[in-house]
Amino acid sequence: MSALARPTGALALRRPIPLFVAAAALSVVASLCVGAFPVGLGQLLAALGLSSEPLDGTTAAVLYTIRAPRVLAAFAVGAALAASGAAMQSLFRNPLADPGLLGVSSGAALAAVSVIVLGEKVMHIVPPDLRPWCLPLAAFLGGLASTVLVYRIAARNGAALVGTLLLAGIAINALTSAGIGLLVFVADDQQLRTLIFWTMGGFGGVTWAAILPALLVLAVSAPTLLPAAHLLDALALGEREAGHVGVDVERLKRRLVAQVALAVGAGVAISGIVGFVGLIAPHIVRLLLGPSHRTLLPAAALFGGAFLVLADALARVLVAPAEMPIGVLTALVGGPFFLWLLVGRAAREGL
Amino acid sequence: MAPVTSLLQAEAIEVRAGRKSLIHEVSIALAPGEFVAVIGPNGAGKSTLLGALAGDRPVARGQVLLDGQPIGKWRRAALAHRRAVLPQHSSVAFDFTGRQIVQLGLLAHGALSDRQKADIVERTLAETEALAFADRSYTVLSGGERQRIQLARVLAQCDADPATRPFLLLDEPIAGLDLSHQHAALASARRRADRGLGVLAVLHDLTMAARYAHRVAIMEKGRVTALGPTEETLDPALLSRVFATPILRLQAGTTVAFVSPGETTPNRT
Repeated sequence: MSALARPTGALALRRPIPLFVAAAALSVVASLCVGAFPVGLGQLLAALGLSSEPLDGTTAAVLYTIRAPRVLAAFAVGAALAASGAAMQSLFRNPLADPGLLGVSSGAALAAVSVIVLGEKVMHIVPPDLRPWCLPLAAFLGGLASTVLVYRIAARNGAALVGTLLLAGIAINALTSAGIGLLVFVADDQQLRTLIFWTMGGFGGVTWAAILPALLVLAVSAPTLLPAAHLLDALALGEREAGHVGVDVERLKRRLVAQVALAVGAGVAISGIVGFVGLIAPHIVRLLLGPSHRTLLPAAALFGGAFLVLADALARVLVAPAEMPIGVLTALVGGPFFLWLLVGRAAREGL
Repeated sequence: MAPVTSLLQAEAIEVRAGRKSLIHEVSIALAPGEFVAVIGPNGAGKSTLLGALAGDRPVARGQVLLDGQPIGKWRRAALAHRRAVLPQHSSVAFDFTGRQIVQLGLLAHGALSDRQKADIVERTLAETEALAFADRSYTVLSGGERQRIQLARVLAQCDADPATRPFLLLDEPIAGLDLSHQHAALASARRRADRGLGVLAVLHDLTMAARYAHRVAIMEKGRVTALGPTEETLDPALLSRVFATPILRLQAGTTVAFVSPGETTPNRT
């Protein structure tokens, strides 16, 4: 197909993916080097075994145990959010759709905030070794549960109406924010601080052990969107028309909803809520490369990953040695961009 | 190879929207090699019938059979080899080009090489005279241009696996087209009928129906009230009653045209 498809985007590149891989690699290198403890390029190469320069012990510790898991987590979450966003935009046939529409993030937030606020009372029954897992696991399960709920509300006789899916998502979002509001009301000051930082997202204090399960979920849920690329293209024709050309649309919907719930749920479990990546990464890539999902999905994933890696680096550097919540940075970039899209769209449709 | 029993048929079907019955007691069979035009006033159930035959709409009573199998039992991908559908209105999300839209018609035909697909796409784009704008974004095309891209998409789908002799279902395929492209579109459909495909088209233009169809079905208030050879069925007295306006049949040599002059109005001085 790619041999026949001519891109409609601004960048008429025959093979755009290597360019995106290079950009993502650069962002990873940059992010590994900067922070409260700067690492030189020579030391980084040494750590990767690519240089004979002797590796400093502190540098090795910083790179291996702090920065590497952090950068990897940021990349994986950004890539998963972007790929999920692309899938949701295709499913809703709307470039302004966001993976959060299905209620994944809000369900995860309600569960996470519940653990933060009410967890202490039940935490004593959990073995101490497992306690750090409670919050991410709750977030993940909460995301899945609310997505299942949204889907069940929208499903009738095995067919889910996309419009109802959207409205059910909005209703669940409203309900969960009511729940969160209630928990905020009963929370003490320390809990309040924890939960507010959680809802603004961040990769501070990420360890290998904490992210490994979520990374595994991401590894199975996000890249497996790629074989569905041509089916996502067909959804642009409309659901009925996609059915006419041979797509089992209901099956595709179930599959997409499941994959997005897993990917976003695992992402939220790692980093808390990081907004706008899932919205703007696919959108920018679509503007650059055109809408064909065979290039859009991998390019948006690479772009989203790189974007979040750089945002995380900025979050570390801007107010060092403190850290800025990453959600603030992504919203700072994403908010104006979203507005610009809305205004541009309104202008075009007004013509 | 096409099965000997190749047939798309509705057997006494009823289609409902909630409690309202949209069509009822409708039976029609579409055989390979014929072009059937469905005509009738607005709201008579023409598109509903087409949707039921396409397998889009569940039937409350009766059944739709394709090659003797209930259409709901067909797998989507297999069905895409056996019938193509041109809906009345189609919108496309995102900036896909016309050519990419036409390629989507070949989605279920994974056995074809990229080269074969490109050839089919190129041929059908040429057939609908859409090559000039095929590489532009679909969203910037005019209504008629979009219609020709969509037509090329369903023609490509039919041409991808001609051995199965797919059925071609067209809902108002010439709405929005200029006169020469109206003829070109229906001639494309008729050529495929002559090659052994079964074509069913919802039409509003009686002259076009007379020119291209082998058989005509007239629908009124959710029922098929007449179904037969084009010549017999397109009877001016019957048509005048069905459409509630005078309809005249004009003939010059072998050319037949239907005109509707409107009610005789006294206010012309």
